[in-house]
Amino acid sequence: MALLEIRNLSVDFKTAGGKFRAVDNVDVAVDKGDLMAIVGESGSGKSVSMLAVMGLLPWTATVTADVMRFDGQDLLKMPARKRRQIIGRDISMIFQEPMSSLNPCFTVGFQIKEALKSHLGLDRKQRHARAIELLEQVGIPAPEKRLSAFPHQLSGGMSQRMMIAMALACKPKLLIADEPTTALDVTIQAQILELLTDLQKNTGMALILITHDMGVVAETVDRVAVQYAGRRVEEQNVVDLFDDPHHPYTAALLAALPERAHNRLLPTIKGVVPGQFDKIDGCVFAPRCQFADARCRAVPPKPAGKELGDALCHYPLIKGQPQNKEMSA
Amino acid sequence: MSQPILKAEGLKRHYELKGGMFSSDATVRALDGASFELTPGRTLAVVGESGCGKSTLARVVTMIEPPTEGTLTIEGRKIEPDSVAKDPDLRAKVQIVFQDPYGSLNPRQTIGKTLMEPLKINRPDVSAKEREQRARDMLQMVGLRPEHFERYPHMFSGGQRQRVAVARALMLDPKILVLDEPVSALDLSIQSQILNLLVELQDRLDLAYLFVSHDLSVVRHFCDDLLVMYLGKPVEQGPKDEVFDAPRHPYTKALLSATPQADPRRKRQRIKLQGELPSPMNVPPGCPFNPRCWKATEECRTVVPQLEGGDHRFACFHPLEPGEVPEPKTAEAV
Repeated sequence: MALLEIRNLSVDFKTAGGKFRAVDNVDVAVDKGDLMAIVGESGSGKSVSMLAVMGLLPWTATVTADVMRFDGQDLLKMPARKRRQIIGRDISMIFQEPMSSLNPCFTVGFQIKEALKSHLGLDRKQRHARAIELLEQVGIPAPEKRLSAFPHQLSGGMSQRMMIAMALACKPKLLIADEPTTALDVTIQAQILELLTDLQKNTGMALILITHDMGVVAETVDRVAVQYAGRRVEEQNVVDLFDDPHHPYTAALLAALPERAHNRLLPTIKGVVPGQFDKIDGCVFAPRCQFADARCRAVPPKPAGKELGDALCHYPLIKGQPQNKEMSA
Repeated sequence: MSQPILKAEGLKRHYELKGGMFSSDATVRALDGASFELTPGRTLAVVGESGCGKSTLARVVTMIEPPTEGTLTIEGRKIEPDSVAKDPDLRAKVQIVFQDPYGSLNPRQTIGKTLMEPLKINRPDVSAKEREQRARDMLQMVGLRPEHFERYPHMFSGGQRQRVAVARALMLDPKILVLDEPVSALDLSIQSQILNLLVELQDRLDLAYLFVSHDLSVVRHFCDDLLVMYLGKPVEQGPKDEVFDAPRHPYTKALLSATPQADPRRKRQRIKLQGELPSPMNVPPGCPFNPRCWKATEECRTVVPQLEGGDHRFACFHPLEPGEVPEPKTAEAV
């Protein structure tokens, strides 16, 4: 049984201009010990879908789903109090900006111990010992001294390690890392990614990495879900995704990577990501897709099936060639 | 190949910090001795992590700030601190595009006004009619539509704004364009559009680019020459392929190996650097990289290595030999 199972997740935001659907019918399934990534550009709903799981969205958001189950428990029907016991203990999350995710008014020691106190009910001595153990686990030198440091005394990489320590405090079964290294330098990014994957291996927790960086995806995870404009357009294991993307968006995105370029001019995806007021009847990618035809613009596609990475496309690609096109044309 | 249009020799920029009640005055050596040339039609990329002085370098070259030491020569003319005040045309020769297209455009000006502003200030002899015509032509050149002329920045996406920023920089027909992280705020699908635009403009206008970036995969695609900086000092510079294929400075090697590659099959040995970047206020003595370097010796801790070599220069006492693999034991320790 999957650790986290979500079916048909949609998130709507109430805005001044009407309802805005940020996440549209997304399925997520994560097993114990999984290492997966959700990739997408800004506005693809990758963060929002995970914030919905965490219950961290503002009141303007309406979350609907057919199934949202974590470790056998139904998150949708659960009373808020019960849900709060799971969030932060069994599922925890780290964010992009380590500097602004820590409370500047309290020492990091206090902030780490807070989780230990409210979720595990350890006494003062045990909390202190556990906090030191955690800092050692995330590779912070002189942990005893660092516990009494304030966030402004730490560098970006150090703060992110603190955030990871805090997220790990209650030995979560699932860790969601939302762009954990985007604000960091590459040499520090390498350290943090290595730390996260080591922890995932050693503790057996599942890790969902939310990112926009294809390089990070390729080097870190086993399985990738690609999102575009609030929809999951494809999901494959990482080697197959980079070898043979089935959705035209994934293919175009990979082709646009500078390191895959053969010419001085890069292949581009024309146009921009659809916004709130762009009304699209068919496939969300159709206006930018090089293979799109009348059917794509009129009929929303259905997932193409497991062997094609569930590509949300009428004519999923195999080795760059659209399939089924002749029959319907 | 054409003659260099800009020569920089030993450029330094130091900032004096006043100490507070409990601390003494300090000097931040944000940029500590960079020498390079810019040639029309070619791109020099400056790479490094935060605090390495790459943005300071961009500001000095754009003459926003005068160098503390060193000389800047543009078209054979040496730049003095008062040169710009005496000759406003000089400023037109070097223009800059900033990282954040959301912050660098005036939200109260239409795109047309933004584009006409440089002409209004620097070319008072150009008539209003011609000014508008030139702005409209420029709009077309950077791939925007004529109706965008009347619009305000908030009506544009990040990629379009960056096009406007490029257009504005080109209004005075500069010879040199300084690009300070022009694509790092953009999404991948937009990034390639802007990079292509920059390539096209360079070919068409024979511009010299100084491309400041931290993204090595973009740099590898885009530039001709590379300058790697660490804590204000250039540690390695040379033609792109030589530096990428056979880095000699351990820092360059570490930086390259830390950059994620979009190829899941390639399992490379990643050099894990020890520790973090020191603060630029407190640069270690000797080679700035020595506390994190796995090859550091006593000499590295006391003597500052100088950039040496011909086309491909590096500042290291123990340069890596081509094909040398860092010792796993020391390199793996964190």
